[in-house]
Amino acid sequence: MSTEEYLKDITEIKDMMNKSSRFFSLSGLSGIMAGIYALIGAAVAYYLDSIIGRGYLILNSKLFNYILIDLVIIALLSIITAIILSIRKAKKNNETLWNSASKRLLTAFLIPLVTGGIYIIIKISSHHYGLTGSLMLIFYGLALVNASKYTIGNVKYLGYIEIVLGLICAVYPGYGFWFWVLGFGIMHIIYGSLIYFNEKSS
Amino acid sequence: MKNIIGNINKAFDHRIRLGIMSILMVNEHADFKMLKELLGATDGNLASHTKALEKEEYIMVEKSFIGRKPNTKYSATKKGREAFKKHVEAIEKLLKQ
Repeated sequence: MSTEEYLKDITEIKDMMNKSSRFFSLSGLSGIMAGIYALIGAAVAYYLDSIIGRGYLILNSKLFNYILIDLVIIALLSIITAIILSIRKAKKNNETLWNSASKRLLTAFLIPLVTGGIYIIIKISSHHYGLTGSLMLIFYGLALVNASKYTIGNVKYLGYIEIVLGLICAVYPGYGFWFWVLGFGIMHIIYGSLIYFNEKSS
Repeated sequence: MKNIIGNINKAFDHRIRLGIMSILMVNEHADFKMLKELLGATDGNLASHTKALEKEEYIMVEKSFIGRKPNTKYSATKKGREAFKKHVEAIEKLLKQ
């Protein structure tokens, strides 16, 4: 066999290892959109707070329920967008959307995320809201780092950034809102754009 | 040089067989359908290659039923993993020369 054929073999091996264990059809655009939804949601929360909250967040108050609905809407829109864009990209890549790689990706992502979600709900129901922003950032960051093994590898750097932001936020819990805006809004837009332009150029 | 070529494994001297081993190196197991989709092979073609690897004891086959559907699951054996590693190392060495 010639050198060329051996090189082809090595490429084929790497390609098969990646294709069979990683889900590549995540779109940078869904990151950008998630960031935009987060910023809009944050603006809505800020506005609601300024008209009814006067800076205090009390459990089961009107404001608390509105903000909860706001968060759920942001999350749902982000998830739906990610699914639709992934379906589109998977079609283009000739990849099936629901395969063993995407299943593993989802499991790896959801375990830290759901754990964090339940923990936050427990803390909120015992009236500890102070660290909610910090906890959301930390658990989301851990979920990203954990999931990065099964998708575009550099997603883990976004995870590291979210974890660091969450930890700094824990030191300044009063600024939780702004850290949340930075982590979920601005970072998603920056990171999504990086991935998006990478996709375009390759 | 002779030694390196000795490590090039004839059993992996085909795109499909190379693909099957690559997939099974990074996945605990894979079923027939998954291999077929990833490798773009026909049923008969894939079956003959899995059989060849099975004969060498490089992969293990596990047949079961999911509901009423038969399901064939493949995984790499220890022997297969070692042979594949040697094969890849040999190719890499050859390329470096």
